[in-house]
Amino acid sequence: MTNSEVLIEAKQLIKRYGDFTAVAGIDFQVRKGESFGFLGPNGAGKSTTMRIIAATLTRSGGEITILGKDPEKFGPEIKAHLGVVPQMDNLDNALTVEENLYIYGRYFGLSKAFIRPKIEELLDFAQLVEKRSVKVEALSGGMKRRLTIARALVSEPEILMLDEPTTGLDPQARHILWDRLFRLKEQGVTLLITTHYMDEAEQLCDRLMVMDKGSIMAEDSPAGLIKSYSTKEVLEVRFGSDRNAVVAPQLKELCERIEVLPDRILMYADDGEELLHQLNQKGLHPLTSLVRRSSLEDVFLRLTGRTLID
Amino acid sequence: MILDNAVAIAQSRRGHFAEGSYAGRAHVLMERSLMAFKNSAWLAVLSGFFEPVLYLLSFGYGLGHLIGKIPLQNGHVVTYAAYIAPGLLATSAMNGAIYDSTWNVFWKLKFDRIYQGMLQTSLGSVDVALGEIGWALLRGFAYAIGFMCVVVPAGLITNWWAIMAIPAAVLIAFGFASIGMAITSCFTTFQQMDFINVAMLPMFLFSGSFYPLTVYPGYLQGILKALPLWQAIEMVRDFTLGIVTWGILWHVLYFVVMVIFGVTATAKRLTKLFLR
Repeated sequence: MTNSEVLIEAKQLIKRYGDFTAVAGIDFQVRKGESFGFLGPNGAGKSTTMRIIAATLTRSGGEITILGKDPEKFGPEIKAHLGVVPQMDNLDNALTVEENLYIYGRYFGLSKAFIRPKIEELLDFAQLVEKRSVKVEALSGGMKRRLTIARALVSEPEILMLDEPTTGLDPQARHILWDRLFRLKEQGVTLLITTHYMDEAEQLCDRLMVMDKGSIMAEDSPAGLIKSYSTKEVLEVRFGSDRNAVVAPQLKELCERIEVLPDRILMYADDGEELLHQLNQKGLHPLTSLVRRSSLEDVFLRLTGRTLID
Repeated sequence: MILDNAVAIAQSRRGHFAEGSYAGRAHVLMERSLMAFKNSAWLAVLSGFFEPVLYLLSFGYGLGHLIGKIPLQNGHVVTYAAYIAPGLLATSAMNGAIYDSTWNVFWKLKFDRIYQGMLQTSLGSVDVALGEIGWALLRGFAYAIGFMCVVVPAGLITNWWAIMAIPAAVLIAFGFASIGMAITSCFTTFQQMDFINVAMLPMFLFSGSFYPLTVYPGYLQGILKALPLWQAIEMVRDFTLGIVTWGILWHVLYFVVMVIFGVTATAKRLTKLFLR
């Protein structure tokens, strides 16, 4: 993986809106065939970075190249390399499912002869064959997302960019979508994903860049991040909202690190069960307790002192 | 040669005029409009054809019965229906263009975010502006032909210059659509959109569709003559009534300026909105 071609390279990339700095001088590389994720809360600068890559936003400073080209000089060409799935659907409501795919291909200047068979392939991929003649308005949220992804693939892009692909979808629709994206990944499509869902980042991304307030906090594989920034397991305990703060100093002595959240305390240790056992021996009996594996949520908490979804 | 690779197609535009904002594909926007039209919009378009015809029947023949003949500057005398017909043709070209370029555009801009979708492809803002305005122009053309199919058999047209009223109507639609889209792209709320309606109705009533401007005091005439609808009505009327002088070129120039200004402003605005 590390030896493959670099598709996107950013150096000290900056975006300012007046006094506000949305992206504060970030560096990153995305390689061919990789599934690269930007993880961070709303306002971290993920979508801004995505828009700069997609040549729909100009940068305020730094360098960026996509397949060796500067998006500000070769906008249309860069856009032809990319498939874009924006955060909010912008499908054409006046048209049917099939027509949406067709006209989008035409926007790229592709011929009817090229697009026609492509539509069949994409309808099948998006599981929308039966809905082909239905107007887009009548589709469910999950179907619309799948159509937006299919639409982005009509020009056979080298890189597929997905901005918060499953925000607002129900769990079942999310899983269907993940499955479709996984297939693309298997086919070798380079994916660029922004998300504030840690499960999504863990499922889909080979490599993650954790962002907060326009800066990169850490960058690694999901497993690597957890290894570097958290323990193997986490013990979540609740003593009731009044007592949590009172017992916190005692808990601190028992493990590597604790995080006191408004409703619960997270205790970091390699063996959660063992820690719970020690807790009980000390006469500290939490109202509820849960042992789980560390997740990206814990990494984020460690890096920023905040949870991902406020 | 047919290129069927999005990147190769985009690369082939290198070095062309305005390569960053114009991909030479405004026609695909019209292809889209045609599909949307087939799906549902045809009813709204059809109503735009009947509007001037109904005015012609009501005012031209109803009111015209009381008014009688109208003397022209060149000494000829025409029926009231023949006098207002060009005004109605110009107005319907304007209305069709304005409807397409304001409410339709506003909807696509704000709620469907269709232009955002287009501009994330290798299309440019000039393609979008020209394509959308081009559709409004087609609509003006269709109205002009439809209206001619009514007024010619009705005997309201008696000279060959009248055929020029059709390209004139297209130019009028082009002008209004360009300005309409430029203004709409600056609007963000429904309340602002209502300004358009507020401006359109008085312009329609007082710009000389139904009577000459000479009924007004001089300063008011000056103001009305500066408005695009008066320019449009005069241009069409000169053709349908056969009063053709070089002076018509001033009206043509007025609309050419409107088109250039409108298309440029629209493309700039779309760039600002979606490609900052």
